[in-house]
Amino acid sequence: MDPVIEIRDLRKTYGPKVAVDGVSLAVGRGEIVGVLGPNGAGKTTLVECLAGVRRADSGSVRVLGVDPQRDPAAVRARLGMQLQEATLPARLRVREALELYAAFYPRPADPAELMRLLGLTEKAGTAFGDLSGGQQQRLSIALALVGDPEIAVLDELTTGLDPQARRDTWGLIERVRDRGVTIVLVTHFMDEAERLCDRVVIVDRGRIVASGTPRGLVQGDGDRRALRMRLPSGTPAEVAAEVAALPEVHALTRVDSTGEIEVTGDGHVLPATILALSRHGVVPDDVRTLGRTLEDVFVAVTGADPSGAAPSQPPPSPHPGGPHPPSSHPTDHVEVRS
Amino acid sequence: MSAAAAPSVRPSGLSRADGARALRALTRSEVRLFLRDPGAAFFALAFPAVLVLGVGFAFPGVRETLTDVPAPWDGLQLIHVFVPIALATAMATPALSTLPVAIATHRERGVLRRLSTTPLRPQAVLVAQVVVALGAFVVASVLALVAAGLAFDAPAPRQVGTALLVLVLGAGAIFGVGLLIAARAPKGTSASGIGMLVYFPMLFFAGMWTPGPVMPEAVRTVSQYTPLGAASQALTTAWFEGGFPALQLLVLVAYVVVLFPLAARLFRWT
Repeated sequence: MDPVIEIRDLRKTYGPKVAVDGVSLAVGRGEIVGVLGPNGAGKTTLVECLAGVRRADSGSVRVLGVDPQRDPAAVRARLGMQLQEATLPARLRVREALELYAAFYPRPADPAELMRLLGLTEKAGTAFGDLSGGQQQRLSIALALVGDPEIAVLDELTTGLDPQARRDTWGLIERVRDRGVTIVLVTHFMDEAERLCDRVVIVDRGRIVASGTPRGLVQGDGDRRALRMRLPSGTPAEVAAEVAALPEVHALTRVDSTGEIEVTGDGHVLPATILALSRHGVVPDDVRTLGRTLEDVFVAVTGADPSGAAPSQPPPSPHPGGPHPPSSHPTDHVEVRS
Repeated sequence: MSAAAAPSVRPSGLSRADGARALRALTRSEVRLFLRDPGAAFFALAFPAVLVLGVGFAFPGVRETLTDVPAPWDGLQLIHVFVPIALATAMATPALSTLPVAIATHRERGVLRRLSTTPLRPQAVLVAQVVVALGAFVVASVLALVAAGLAFDAPAPRQVGTALLVLVLGAGAIFGVGLLIAARAPKGTSASGIGMLVYFPMLFFAGMWTPGPVMPEAVRTVSQYTPLGAASQALTTAWFEGGFPALQLLVLVAYVVVLFPLAARLFRWT
């Protein structure tokens, strides 16, 4: 893989507050890499150092073979950036904004084509201040792409967009990537990261606390599995007890709200459970396996609610082979036997 | 990001022509935005002319020929003495209102932050704003001079060269004050507040309320060390008298030399 971004041991402090604390990261050409983390984790500072708009205290950054700290202008022509909370003058119109920003780049994209791509053609003559939040956001994305960049850094891409607009934007990002653009996506939406990213890094308190493909992170390094099923009425309690006692099973609980039985155990928990039931002639209904979600991983490594405003309070406890977090599904479990 | 954090490395891959094209586009855009705020644009462009016409027509006394006054004023009308004051206003309004408010509003809305991620050279933002405000100054000056000439038959300056020199240096000094406000004001409203706080004392020293011979000697002495007071006095000398306003021009140069580097040093993008 041809790395277009290489960060080594990057550090940045604001007075006593450490924003980025020794981050190393490499991004290959054409990848979509997600940077996840609670608010205040240092994500924005990290990407600002990438674009050379913020100077790191130590460590090295190479973007397209250039050090953005030393030669920010060389990077800025080839890296498009969409910043959180950066707006435009209220009276500037959509087409004017795109044509203005296009004039800053040596080989810009076609503003008319970008407007078409982002569904802004009808709004070309509308002032920024009169656009809806979603339209402003789309214009902001268009401005990040107007320089026809090799790398696009998108901070809080779909914040403020409605669900349909979010899906449309995801489709757009995939089309942009298909043109060979490398994308660094800063987000706290787990569904967005799972859907779009080839790879994610989870940042907490300025450090990378987990990284990998969304799928790899979800599977974790253990092989815990969980399943839920419904047992036919009249199934003797001993049957459930026998399942709970199986070596493959860690726990068996009844989910009060649904009347389902949740079984957790190792990688063989599903066949072991089904076989044990079938020995008693019991055929369970509605068997479904429960996957860990990226959100579960996020909560486990940062101790924070991904959508929440509060930065993590308890110390983050990474789980290399340690106990796995509870599934994200309904938690009103009542232990029947274990 | 501070100005110091944006080293002025020669932008590799970008030619001088690219930089000029970017600056032209930005300036065009800023002119458009300036004109789309009709209230502020009218204030900056028409206020000096309106001031001359208003004073001239509202107070009939100002159109009477002055008598019993020192030599340079003898034979003039008080409204003629208002011309240098109107020109000082034409400098001060864009410098203390248009320029700092535009830059601080850009800062407040994150426009400067967004621009800082593009290949645009950071100085271009300031240059574009200064060009707009200077343009407003020139238009406002011409309007005021035309109004004074047509309505009150105001005389042309006796020393045209000196008058032009004063206009350039005076604009430089008062724009330095405006840039200093623009360097740090966090919001459009705070820039506007600070600007007005400076604007009215400046106009006082320029002679807005005590024109020409009416200004008390003590005020005149203090006034010659303020940017707008020095400009107004030097313009008066160039317009109606014979001498060279050396002290006032020196004061203006001093302001330019001190304020521009200071503003550049204090400038913050966010």
